[in-house]
Amino acid sequence: MFLFLQKAGIEMINQFINELFQFNFLQRALVTSVVIGIICGVIGCFIVLRSLALMGDAISHAVLPGVAISYMMGVNFFYGAVLFGIMAALSIGFVNQNSKIKSDSAIGIVFSAFLALGVLLVTKAQSSIDLTEILFGNVLTVKEQDRTLTFIVAAIVLIIVIVFYKEFLLSTFDPTMAAASGLPTKFIHYTIMVLLTLVTVASLQTVGVILVVSLLITPASTAYLLTKRLSTMILVSAFIGAISSIIGLFFSFTFNLPSGVVIVLVITAIFAITFFLAPRTGVLWRAIKH
Amino acid sequence: MKKEGNILLEVKNLSVIYDNQTQALKDVSLQIIEGQIVGIIGPNGAGKSTLIKAMINLISHKGQAFLNDQPIHKQLKNLSYVEQKSNIDTTFPIKVLDCVILGIYPKLKPWQLPGKKEKEMAVKALNKVDMLGYENRQIGELSGGQFQRVLIARTLVQETDLILLDEPFVGVDITSENIIIDLLKELAQAGKIILIVHHDLSKISKYFNSIILINKHLIEFGSVENVFTAENLKQTFGTDVFIPSESRDRND
Repeated sequence: MFLFLQKAGIEMINQFINELFQFNFLQRALVTSVVIGIICGVIGCFIVLRSLALMGDAISHAVLPGVAISYMMGVNFFYGAVLFGIMAALSIGFVNQNSKIKSDSAIGIVFSAFLALGVLLVTKAQSSIDLTEILFGNVLTVKEQDRTLTFIVAAIVLIIVIVFYKEFLLSTFDPTMAAASGLPTKFIHYTIMVLLTLVTVASLQTVGVILVVSLLITPASTAYLLTKRLSTMILVSAFIGAISSIIGLFFSFTFNLPSGVVIVLVITAIFAITFFLAPRTGVLWRAIKH
Repeated sequence: MKKEGNILLEVKNLSVIYDNQTQALKDVSLQIIEGQIVGIIGPNGAGKSTLIKAMINLISHKGQAFLNDQPIHKQLKNLSYVEQKSNIDTTFPIKVLDCVILGIYPKLKPWQLPGKKEKEMAVKALNKVDMLGYENRQIGELSGGQFQRVLIARTLVQETDLILLDEPFVGVDITSENIIIDLLKELAQAGKIILIVHHDLSKISKYFNSIILINKHLIEFGSVENVFTAENLKQTFGTDVFIPSESRDRND
């Protein structure tokens, strides 16, 4: 029985690799989703450490009107989505700083309004947009232009994170000391928000609006359990993002399942394994030690 | 960093108003010369932390503080500030040594990464606070006192003329407290100015050269002998305050 399963498994992987060489669209899908897995893993670390998980969720939902307007105007969805994502981040900051409303409520108010507007626009322009595809993504339909844009986003994100690593680390770990020593902490916050928006918009292709937050939060949280250093955490998180995208795409293609959902389930499985079995911090490990 | 002549900290008419209505601090002016450890003393909500934060431009305020005749916000790299350690997330993935090296970051160039020289400085500072051997621990694996010593080591590598500490002895064991205060006295002797927000009245004359008594406004500022009196404390705290005898813990 086990042998049979193993044989069947190897056969499926062989077939996947064969088709990978055969079909351009599959190569494109694989490269795009791996790159997205990496950049989500990197930015996700800062989102997790700055307790901005809800913000990531909000921005991913808030880009919807931008996507709809882009479709209506016949331009790539990237531009509209980035514009609305940044508008959402700024509005949340504005409401938060100019009233006594707490940040989680500010996030809730802004993102639900953007989402509602988005759904309205999508339904108005129904003929040309498939709502399910925006909400849940479909990496197998990624166009060449989208792949190029994903590469550009990845380059921007990685270069900024590498160049300003010191500043990002200090302002994330100890914002007060950062501000006291003269770092522009507000500017750094909004820079991270812009990077978050770019990454989120790129991820719409693979996992869609609803599930982007998983790609941002779960690999980073898994890495958080495993590491004692920010640089290691970023590398581990990016690796988990990449490997989940490969495994997810394989299952999605082989069994004809929606890509986003499968990628998210793979990421969650890796998190669950780590959560229970990780050395030192895992639940099982600690139970044995006591 | 030290210039010729004395280091001078000058606070001129500092006021803070929260939410356009609550007066947190009213018109504080004072001058502190080098080589002193100064305690900021007052009841809860008296604006002790607010005074420090306003001085270094972390919160909006009126009036200004000057260090060596220059506005302080133009020379933030010449001051180090350690906030209450409870405000720092100790589960953050950072090791002790890297945490100390953070103190050097403000003086590195934008592209420059810390190298061997910076590592050596950090190790030296850790040695001074008696925390050698802990370099590779994650900061959450330390006790409260040990972590406070690491934060002090971080201040050491910043090599600044002005050092501001907010409640550094809260939740800290007596060994750590002694190590820290000895080190601060050494720094004061070398000519720095050290300001400490402090709420415990028992060790005032042991720890400080001067004290600032505040309760929303400046009550009194001066040397401990002149200012630390029952009458001034009553005015600061609003009730009669018993000044604890200090003879008992002189040998701890």
